[in-house]
Amino acid sequence: MSDFSRRDVLKAGVATTAAAVGAGLMPGTAQAAWTNQPEPNASLRVLRWKQFVEGDIASFTASTKKFTEKTGIKVRVDTESWEDVRPKAAVAANVGAGPDIIIDTNDDPFKFPEKLVDLSDLADYLGGKYGGWYDTCRAYGTHGNRWIALPQGVNVSCINYRISAIKKAGFEKIPEDLPGFLALCQKLKGTATPAGFALGHASGDANNWTHWCLWTHGGMVVDPKSNVVLDSPETVASLEYAKQLADTFVPGTLSWLDPSNNKAFLAGELGLTGNGISIYTVAKNSPDPALKAIAADMDHARYPIGPVKKFTEQNLTLSAYVFKYSKYPRAAKEYLRFMWEADQYDDWLQSSNGYISQPLKAYAKNPVWTADPKTTPFRDGADRILVNGYAGPLGYASAAVMGDFIVVDMFAEACSGTQTPKAAASRAAERAKRYYQV
Amino acid sequence: MAVETHNSDRLAARTGRRLRDNRDWLGALFMLPAAAILLVFLAYPLGLGFWLGLTDAKIGEAGHFIGWGNFVSLAHDAVFWLVVFNTTFYTVVASVVKFALGLYLAVLLNERLPFKSLLRAFVLLPFVVPTVLSAIAFWWIYDSQFSIISWMLIRLGLIHRYIDFLGEPWNARWAVIAANIWRGIPFVAITLLAGLQTISPSLYEAATLDGATAWQRFRHITLPLLTPIIAVVMTFSVLLTFTDFQLIYTITGGGPINATHLMATLSFQRAITGGYLGEGAAIADAMVPFLLAAILFSYFGLQRRRWQQGSAD
Repeated sequence: MSDFSRRDVLKAGVATTAAAVGAGLMPGTAQAAWTNQPEPNASLRVLRWKQFVEGDIASFTASTKKFTEKTGIKVRVDTESWEDVRPKAAVAANVGAGPDIIIDTNDDPFKFPEKLVDLSDLADYLGGKYGGWYDTCRAYGTHGNRWIALPQGVNVSCINYRISAIKKAGFEKIPEDLPGFLALCQKLKGTATPAGFALGHASGDANNWTHWCLWTHGGMVVDPKSNVVLDSPETVASLEYAKQLADTFVPGTLSWLDPSNNKAFLAGELGLTGNGISIYTVAKNSPDPALKAIAADMDHARYPIGPVKKFTEQNLTLSAYVFKYSKYPRAAKEYLRFMWEADQYDDWLQSSNGYISQPLKAYAKNPVWTADPKTTPFRDGADRILVNGYAGPLGYASAAVMGDFIVVDMFAEACSGTQTPKAAASRAAERAKRYYQV
Repeated sequence: MAVETHNSDRLAARTGRRLRDNRDWLGALFMLPAAAILLVFLAYPLGLGFWLGLTDAKIGEAGHFIGWGNFVSLAHDAVFWLVVFNTTFYTVVASVVKFALGLYLAVLLNERLPFKSLLRAFVLLPFVVPTVLSAIAFWWIYDSQFSIISWMLIRLGLIHRYIDFLGEPWNARWAVIAANIWRGIPFVAITLLAGLQTISPSLYEAATLDGATAWQRFRHITLPLLTPIIAVVMTFSVLLTFTDFQLIYTITGGGPINATHLMATLSFQRAITGGYLGEGAAIADAMVPFLLAAILFSYFGLQRRRWQQGSAD
């Protein structure tokens, strides 16, 4: 910290801005000035989700090191699988001790908003400088009129498919409507590469596609006033559609956890599934010719659109927040600013090979989205998602409903035939009410 | 004044000597560290757990006292009752099989066998491997696309399609029970083997001379003398099975459709993943009566003195 001063911070900010404008990555919009004076002798502990693609953590670590060299602020970065970050964050919030910064998922920060440092000045600065926040990211970051978390990006899920498989089934591309999509999956059934979507307790994959299916039919767990409206004709329609879809799936999807479809796809036993870009990245970077062939034969598409006539995808959104118990909140803010600036963020986005889609609009111009056209469908993920607990507010209940797999179980019951769609919707609504009525 | 001071010093010295020589006082003093550890690491968390179960605490919020609210709510929760059934079924089946196979293995290992020490070391292997590692191995073994069991059975021409071990509720229940049995047998076997080795060979010799069959020797010598060990082993085995978490969390995550969720995993899901600490704690609290029943059964059921002494009861 000895060589760090307010002037250095301002100089760094100006240099970064100039670099970003020069690179054409930001529109040069009016921006809030950034002034911050980190605490002397500060050191930070960061807990973040474990990388799914190798380049992510390498770039993240290199930028962190650069930050330390520049500011003298030591930063220790720990990683956990993203499902394990949640319990650690919960413990930290409860006992008032732990990492200064946690990069967590979805609505977790909304479980303890009062324990988090106000990041409004930083969010306003970054939003002003980088083309503004996507609406969904703004929703994931703000509690009332206060920014409690800084969205890091969206782990976008797309339809992953084998080009040869859908061509053999008589399709040139993934249909954008529900009947066409069902017809494709029905054609794939019985081939060596059928479709398959997770119906087990897969926090990412199962929640992604079941929420999409529910929302695209007009179903929702709650209305804007948090009244549970899950037991509705729209939900039943979504379950009836999902049942038809599930009848075309490869056997075993009821047990699938998050890695299951990756394994099956990379083994050449799956023609179509819902996943992030990780399958493609692993196949493309593998020295194994069989996997390279799969990478060459696969592509991505957006989820189809149903009766609601708009995108209704559900994706994992990652956000960083700073606990009030941190002794160095200003240093934490400085670190986050540094990591979200174009010099670092663009490199990280590129190194992650599109695993994460940007929360700030200016970063949509990053070459990672155009250098390889197979990554392009992942680019606008933040523009296509609905927030958790749609159409209600983010908070304990929305997090609990997702954490308790209420929507996933509802789909699993209907798809497996253990309950009729009507009964599954009714049972799920009763479960959801227990959270929304507490 | 000086005399008074001198008297009080002598009194203090005498009291100190008395306390030093008092066995009750010293006993209490030496127990203090252990009591403090038990209080801080056992009684306090347990008490806090009970308290949380009576509140609407959420992550980051202390919550308010709501009495039996969480328990009333759970009583109307179909998933909770399914999980109670799963946990009971899982515990009963796994514990009975672990006991039967463990005892069989212990008796076998107590015989004169070639490479006996090596065999005993091998038997311990499943217990030595970290649970998460063995759980991941079972996850692959049961995989709906890559199961080695299905692969072998298909190669042998016994089945024509892969078995959906974890995708069908009853298949999944049996699959996780099998994994638990595999992991738990060594604990039962090795502990019972230790018990078997304390039984004097002269009893067997005498019984053999009296013309007792192998079954009679087992029924009237081995079993009664082993019962105190069985009581302890089975108490631990039932407790560990009832509170199992890692196997389920790794292999199925509680699926499919909650068919393998146990009370421990549901408690975690509701308290930590879902954020409702009060309800999660209430589920954990609801495990206590079952666990107490298991302990009482072991102690009062299996430790019947007369039976141990060879009586008919």
